[in-house]
Amino acid sequence: MFEELRDLYQEVILDHGKSPRNFRAIEGARYHAHGHNPMCGDQLEVFVATDDGGHITDASFVGKGCAISVASASLMTELLRGKTIDEARRMFDGFHEMCTTGSDNPLAGLLEEDADRLQVLSGVREFPMRVKCATLAWHTMNAATKGIDEVSTDDGLGAG
Amino acid sequence: MSVQADIVERVAFDVEAVRRDFPILAREVHGKPLVFFDSAASAQKPRQVLEAERRIYEHEYANVHRGIHYLSQICTDRMETAREKVRAFLNAASAREIVFTRNTTESINLVAASWGRHFLKEGDEVVISEMEHHSNIIPWQFLRDEKGILLRVAPVGDDGEFLLNEFAEMLNERTRLVAITHMSNVLGTVVPVRDVVRMAHQAGAKVLLDGAQAVTHIPVDVRDLDCDFYAFSGHKLYGPSGIGVLYAKEALLDAMPPYMGGGEMIRSVTFEAAEWADLPYKFEAGTPAIAQAVGLGAAIDYVTGLGLHAIGAHESDLLAYANQRLASIDGLKLIGTAPGKASVLSFTMSCAHPHDIGTLVDRAGIAIRVGHHCAQPLMDRLGVAATARASFGLYNTRAEIDVLTEALEGVREFFG
Repeated sequence: MFEELRDLYQEVILDHGKSPRNFRAIEGARYHAHGHNPMCGDQLEVFVATDDGGHITDASFVGKGCAISVASASLMTELLRGKTIDEARRMFDGFHEMCTTGSDNPLAGLLEEDADRLQVLSGVREFPMRVKCATLAWHTMNAATKGIDEVSTDDGLGAG
Repeated sequence: MSVQADIVERVAFDVEAVRRDFPILAREVHGKPLVFFDSAASAQKPRQVLEAERRIYEHEYANVHRGIHYLSQICTDRMETAREKVRAFLNAASAREIVFTRNTTESINLVAASWGRHFLKEGDEVVISEMEHHSNIIPWQFLRDEKGILLRVAPVGDDGEFLLNEFAEMLNERTRLVAITHMSNVLGTVVPVRDVVRMAHQAGAKVLLDGAQAVTHIPVDVRDLDCDFYAFSGHKLYGPSGIGVLYAKEALLDAMPPYMGGGEMIRSVTFEAAEWADLPYKFEAGTPAIAQAVGLGAAIDYVTGLGLHAIGAHESDLLAYANQRLASIDGLKLIGTAPGKASVLSFTMSCAHPHDIGTLVDRAGIAIRVGHHCAQPLMDRLGVAATARASFGLYNTRAEIDVLTEALEGVREFFG
């Protein structure tokens, strides 16, 4: 049953959804924000730690969410490590474009291995009601890097 | 009800015939027969309602209460006939007590903005409950912020039962209003409103009942209940959206200032002043939802034709069957198991978030609601971010519950 949903729920997503990586708080993180999806009540917090050179040394999250939002957050925290804040924001832009538009190669500007890993979430494009699940952690991270401590997917910021 | 009478009513309730009245139930979703378990959000419409609206627009439509031409008079008659049907449905004393609004939300806002703003003052208390829909929370918060009233929240028990003793302890000489749901949209709990009204009146408080969920399952007699305000929506009662009802005792409506200003609600106007129209038009500024009101009348004819007792018995049977079937699913937890609850079934599954459950069962053609159901404070009280909710209407069947059960087993395997 539900085999046609394997595109949306790929094995990687089920795995990260069930056993999220970096699921913890970071004490004294340089960047930190709360994200909230009022449509479903999901909430999460994202933490990003950087070194003196502005590189991300650690990223993590805590919170409650569906398989897609948790998997997306989990993958994101893995990919952020070693990136600069600018690179993190570029990754947000590409990911957001992938989830919300039909553009051909939204992840073109990213490292190929990062793009490959994010690709597993591209299935949400076909499920407009689930796009906000996939992008919640990313909006929260993006807001955190701008010094905004709270973001809701209902804000203009979070459209899509 | 005796066992025999129960059997007679169940035989009399022919669900397959009922289903043929709802054209939408014949459609497929994702290649599967539609299983519509979201009637608590909004119910489907029988042909009788669709025809009533169509007849108005095709043959009788004009504005009401202001034309002397033929069509305007017909339409005015149709609308007032619908009002009379609502009066009879609630057993109100007079059609003057039936105000047409857009929906339950507007009805409650009307009471808060008119009665509340005019009669409540700083330090007065309004009692609501933990299981209110946002529409019976926010209007009172507005009033709290504006007037300095105190909002008190009566608790529910762990099974979702209304705690009457704890409620009674909240009442005191400062309590001016009890605004409470007749039936929870999340838990299915039916509140003992007769006791609530009696206790509130003893304390000198008025009572507003949010009947959005209850009117589709339970016969309501506002005079027997002795409530002061009763609010419900047409669209959950198998009628059109955009039409709702506020019942209020005539003396209260008489004393209340208008809610909105405009046409239809005045008797005479100069640039200095205006004189209000009679009840209920004082509260019906602007051109009303004419065809929708007539459609609501048709919906009331439809449900009273089937009989609310018979509908209630059919839905109770579905609820009992669903309880039994869903209980067999590993890791599924029912949220809201108060005795005497009506046919709303909230649940969580240990293997999947409600959003994931919703997306999967949708592929099986099943429409359920997932999320916080516009009752976030209740979700906090229950310690869950969201639930999945299957709600049953008069057209649902045991076979459909089997389809849901099978789909939820599939969810468990998928995420297992």
